Amino acid sequence: MTQAPLEYYLVLSAVLFAIGVAGVVIRRDVIVILMSIELMLNAVNLTFIAFSRFLGSVEGQVIVFFVMTVAAAEAVVGLAIMISVFRFRQTLDPRDMQLLKW
Amino acid sequence: MILFLILAFLSVVFSLLVVTQRNVVHSAMALAATLFIIAVLFLTLDAPMLGVLQILIYAGAIMILILFVIMLLNPMSVEARPAAWWTLGSLGAGALFLQLAGLLHRPAVFAEAAVPASFGGPESIAQSLFTDFALPFEVASVLLLVAIIGAVVLAQRQR
Amino acid sequence: MTTNLLRWIPLLPLIGAVLNIFFGGRWGKKFAGILASAAVLGSFLISLRVFTLLSPTGVLRDTLYTWIESEPFKAQVSFQADALTAVMLLVITGIGFLIHLYSTGYMAHDEGEARYFAYLNLFVFFMSVLVLADNLLLLFVGWEGVGLCSFLLVGFWFEDPANTTAGNKAFIVNRIGDFGFLLGMLLLFWEMNRLGVPSLDFAALQETAARIPPDSVVLVTLLFFIGATGKSAQIPLYVWLPDAMQGPTPVSALIHAATMVTAGVYLTARLNFLFALAPWTLSLIAIVGAATALLAGTIAVAQNDIKRVLAYSTVSQLGYMFLAAGVGAFSAAIFHLFTHAFFKACLFLGAGSVMHAMSGEQDMRKMGGLRRRLPVTYWTYLIAALALAGIPPTAGFFSKDRILLEAYSSPHGSVVLWFVGWITAGLTAFYMFRQLFMVFHGTSRAEESVQSRIHESPPAMTVPLIVLALGSITAGWVALPSRDVWDPWLQAVLRAGNPVEHGAAVNETLLVGLTVAIAVIGIALAYFVYGRQRRIAEEGPLWRVLAHKYYIDELYDFVFVRPFTAAANWLARAFDPRLVDGAVNGIAGLVRGISASGRRLQSGNVQHYLFAFLLGTILIFVFWLRR
Repeated sequence: MTQAPLEYYLVLSAVLFAIGVAGVVIRRDVIVILMSIELMLNAVNLTFIAFSRFLGSVEGQVIVFFVMTVAAAEAVVGLAIMISVFRFRQTLDPRDMQLLKW
Repeated sequence: MILFLILAFLSVVFSLLVVTQRNVVHSAMALAATLFIIAVLFLTLDAPMLGVLQILIYAGAIMILILFVIMLLNPMSVEARPAAWWTLGSLGAGALFLQLAGLLHRPAVFAEAAVPASFGGPESIAQSLFTDFALPFEVASVLLLVAIIGAVVLAQRQR
Repeated sequence: MTTNLLRWIPLLPLIGAVLNIFFGGRWGKKFAGILASAAVLGSFLISLRVFTLLSPTGVLRDTLYTWIESEPFKAQVSFQADALTAVMLLVITGIGFLIHLYSTGYMAHDEGEARYFAYLNLFVFFMSVLVLADNLLLLFVGWEGVGLCSFLLVGFWFEDPANTTAGNKAFIVNRIGDFGFLLGMLLLFWEMNRLGVPSLDFAALQETAARIPPDSVVLVTLLFFIGATGKSAQIPLYVWLPDAMQGPTPVSALIHAATMVTAGVYLTARLNFLFALAPWTLSLIAIVGAATALLAGTIAVAQNDIKRVLAYSTVSQLGYMFLAAGVGAFSAAIFHLFTHAFFKACLFLGAGSVMHAMSGEQDMRKMGGLRRRLPVTYWTYLIAALALAGIPPTAGFFSKDRILLEAYSSPHGSVVLWFVGWITAGLTAFYMFRQLFMVFHGTSRAEESVQSRIHESPPAMTVPLIVLALGSITAGWVALPSRDVWDPWLQAVLRAGNPVEHGAAVNETLLVGLTVAIAVIGIALAYFVYGRQRRIAEEGPLWRVLAHKYYIDELYDFVFVRPFTAAANWLARAFDPRLVDGAVNGIAGLVRGISASGRRLQSGNVQHYLFAFLLGTILIFVFWLRR
């Protein structure tokens, strides 16, 4: 079986990233927003792995390793914050979280 | 090639489901599927170690976490879906995709490099990780520690 | 030759004014008057000295400092004294001193005495600057300054709005004339500059005048004459002078009889070389002068206020001076200026004495029979009235006669001009003696309370009257047909004027006779109507028109003041709030609107912000891809 060319992987990655962006911007549920962020991260990971394979350097994969770590940490903290906010506001709609606005 | 196309198609479908499903649990499930498929893609790219790690961490731990939070919070609200906003956002995302894709019109073409069989295996990753990236590795550990503590503190019930 | 003497002539009164402004209140009223009078006396003594130092062709110069220096133009604060200036100075400071002396008596009961003397001194300062200036700009400073002092002094008793209104009128009407002056000065400088002489010094002007294109000369002289009509109360800008009688009477004597109003005549004499190059303007001046003399004379006949009669008389006599200038007899004009200062000041001060005695009454219909109660006032008044009427051997006879002679015989004169002047002479005699008879003769028509308080004025007031009366007789003797000292004295300065030929023809004696005759007729007429206490034709439409000054003030009000005020009102009430404020507020409103719209970008919604991120990213990509 032949390997798909690099460009195909990159296009796929772009698609997934764009879908993730759409989710972050459009959806009104913070949990879904968080999941979309994970989707974006994964798209990026895919890019890195693809380049790693095609350039023959393992450093790409090491970077992905770190990305996963940070993603995990970020997901954890993000969810903890969501829980905290939900306890006060009883809502997961990002429009109700506008404390930063004067 | 065929494999790639099938996997690509599936991943796109599932990611769309993530973004469009009304029910949060359905979105979560779709996400898990997407992550799983991406893991398979990793495997096709000679990254076995990371593929497994993807399944363990992402499709495993993180998804469980998300599902736990969903069940803990048990949100009841039905979100509004204004058409204008959805159109606008989709168009924006579409434009972004076109831009990103447009980058591929660059002259550089990469041919597949020849790699040893052990490429992407635990040894090669470990080799790079513990020598060139030792410091980031340690920092990452600290980061995880901080995240754990932070999460615990944040999610506590107020007393 | 240069000297340091000249500067003290204006400086002494200036110092007096400053001291009186700052310390007058503290040092007491008596002191203010003494200080001011002493300052002017000092100026007079120096003027006398200057006079003795001069010859008909001599010039004394005193340069203080450079005022404006803008290459290549330079204007200095620099004084010059020639024969003409010397004469003016003697009049200003001499009669000025007498009036200061008089004021110490007249204003003794007034609260603002220090302020009064400060203003009076300030006036002498500006007036002397005017005649001492060696260039037009400095002259203009004096010109404006005397206008200011006139305003301050006319409105001296400012609590009464009638006085401040009169002050405003004086200043505003003057201003119109000043505008003409300014334009004339600017045009003149422009022409001078074009000829390569960027200067407004009189010396430079005299040298270069002949080279200026004739049309410009006519325009310049016309503009200067407009200025003169404002300052010297000729048609059409004379309307302020009668109203200026609201001020204290010594002020009327000094400013509105002897000095400030003569500034226009002085200007014409000073620039005689320029006017001589514009025969058209000179003709206009002569006509306006004659017309003004006649008009004012007719109005004076019907006035019942003692000061108004004298005011219109002044306007009329100024008309004579301009008539003389207009026919080229500048020397005669200045001569009449000289004699007029004496008897007019005497008349005004006499009127002040009468008012003082009558507890402030000014209406002649309520006077009468003061001859016996106020002997000094009566006799000096009589002498001055005779002088004004032109009865020999008083000063007025010589000067008025000279003018009429010139009007008739000068190459620029005409019979018509002479005739107008002649008729006016008759009118002058008539209204003066009407006044004399109404005020001093017959039985008193005043109330009992006023009558009981009638008293002759204190010496401070009567001494100047006597001095001025003596001057009214003798001042004319400097230009006797047999021994004329006046003309030779001014000959060099007033070069462009006509040399006077005496006894040129039998015509001269005839004219003199006619002049005296009509004056006597006027006096006789006045005696028959008023001397015998018969007042006829005090009603009737003609009388009313004259008494209302031909309704000219009302005409001006209708044609000028009302439209102007309406326009000003419209601007203030409609244009300014709506357009100007509207524009300014409109801009503010626009900004507010824009910012209100812009504010909505900050919705607080994180997803909106993220969308903005997205757009920015796309834009960056677009630009990056184009490279």
